[in-house]
Amino acid sequence: MSVVPAEVLQGGARAGASGLSAEGDAVGELAPRARLLPSLAAVYRAQLSRARVARIPLLFVATFQSVGIMILMRGVVDGGREAQAVVAGASVLVVAFVALNLLAQYFGQLRAAGGLDHYATLPVPPAAVVLGAAGAYASFTVPGTVVTAVVGCVMFQLPLAHLWVLAAVIPLAGAALSGLGAALGLLAPRPELATLLGQLGMSAALLLGVLPADRMPDVIQYARDLLPSTYGVEAFARTFGAHPDWGVVLLDLGVCAGVGVASLALATWAYRRAAVR
Amino acid sequence: MCVVRDLVRTYPATRGRRGAPGSAAIRATDGVSLEIRRGEIFGLLGPNGAGKSTLVRQLTGLMRPDSGSVGILGHDIVRYPERASRILAYLGQESSALDELTVSLAAETTGRLRGLDLRTARAERDAVVEELGLGAIASRPLKKLSGGQRRLACFAAALVGERPLLVLDEPTTGMDPVARRAVWAAVDRRRAESGATVVLVTHNVIEAETVLDRVAVLDRGRVIACDTPAGLKEKVAGEVRVELVWRERAPLDVPAVAALRASAVESGRRWSLRLGPDEARAAVAAVTGGPAFAALDDFSLTTPSLEDVYLALGGEAKGLVKS
Repeated sequence: MSVVPAEVLQGGARAGASGLSAEGDAVGELAPRARLLPSLAAVYRAQLSRARVARIPLLFVATFQSVGIMILMRGVVDGGREAQAVVAGASVLVVAFVALNLLAQYFGQLRAAGGLDHYATLPVPPAAVVLGAAGAYASFTVPGTVVTAVVGCVMFQLPLAHLWVLAAVIPLAGAALSGLGAALGLLAPRPELATLLGQLGMSAALLLGVLPADRMPDVIQYARDLLPSTYGVEAFARTFGAHPDWGVVLLDLGVCAGVGVASLALATWAYRRAAVR
Repeated sequence: MCVVRDLVRTYPATRGRRGAPGSAAIRATDGVSLEIRRGEIFGLLGPNGAGKSTLVRQLTGLMRPDSGSVGILGHDIVRYPERASRILAYLGQESSALDELTVSLAAETTGRLRGLDLRTARAERDAVVEELGLGAIASRPLKKLSGGQRRLACFAAALVGERPLLVLDEPTTGMDPVARRAVWAAVDRRRAESGATVVLVTHNVIEAETVLDRVAVLDRGRVIACDTPAGLKEKVAGEVRVELVWRERAPLDVPAVAALRASAVESGRRWSLRLGPDEARAAVAAVTGGPAFAALDDFSLTTPSLEDVYLALGGEAKGLVKS
């Protein structure tokens, strides 16, 4: 099967043997590590291309789901603060669907199938793999989130003026939720469990984010405060008011960012743990 | 280049549950010691379950051994597993990390994650795609390719961003002869040009005999022999393999045939025997003359292969491939 004749092979083996004696005990040079930002960019680009191929149908599902929920809620809420909460909640739900649910599934399957070996045998910082994948999934939610927000604003007659705040809400809520999704996927002992946890996380984001908070019992309100997407929803909902309190909006976004950093750090730790068994 | 000493790795016993029986603890690597020299193509040969993949996962820092040491180019891989990624390129059996990427993006991304800048990664990607003849399928996702093509694409990704050591776990699985030749040509070229060392996992006897400089034969987690393929075959040089294929069934009413049955390994109509030269001559005479010949469909006499070595050394499992 070798295309090189046997004599060449034997010559190679001899050269190898003499190479060993010259080698001695010297410690061989290590190739450089891949640096964080270039490798993050490479993972991001690869993941985005994956998502484009395989996830577009799911983005439609996420968007239709959110629009459908808003149509249902039209019969329940009658404008005002509740309508603002519903539109904001439905928009952030798209982020939760893709970033939390789909990313948990992806990492759960990658880990179970041995796909992490590929990354673990490359000199790439763990943070680059996690952040690249999380970033790609979060950016993938942009069109769905924007469409949902615009449809919601038209449906409930809310002002479109401050929709630009999505430019902050998507990356920050995306970071928090995708970090959580990646961590769930990497820590779950079995891929089915990762899928289940991702689904549960998304259901929580759905119930706790879309339904108006004032009508919930106290215990559920505490659960709502623990969910990172809540702060993204609140920040977004506040901007629909006639005179938004920008300080509180910033505070909510700050909480989102804090949770994002923490959950991405957790995901990076989980990746390290999963990569070397 | 690579020194392995007394490597042990045990998979813990699993408890049986709901009707499924549990399994006892398995020593997947049982005191393995090896020395791999610079510039050689070193093979790990054994049937499925012999512990080959577990062993290379420990060489590549993916799995920590329970005890023992792995040194590559003087680096302690057990203590610093992350250094392995800066010395070697690994082609595992799984492609799921690359499955949804196109062939060229898979190669480029892998190169970038091996520390190449964008321009170098693209140049090397183009060179490897050209070298392995992947041009026609470069823009197709790996998932859409046949098993052999996908394997070749993963091999291409492993070659981008040169490393002094290539660890290839059954690289040619599912490949057609053209793709196999491309793989071995690429391996030979890297060895000739930059003195690359290759560790190759295989359960294919013919592949082992033709491409390897030295081979370690593994059986149930142990190295049962380690030498050049020719050196190993000398251990069974006194033997000849006789293959007999009967038309319908063996004529057991012929006494000479009935006597042969004791030493034959039967699979359907095919009998396989390892005999000394004189016994082999007598056996051939017996089946090619007289009434046995009428029942004989085909026969062959061959010098021993590494499979015979494996069996002669006490290997028990079946599953080595000859093609």
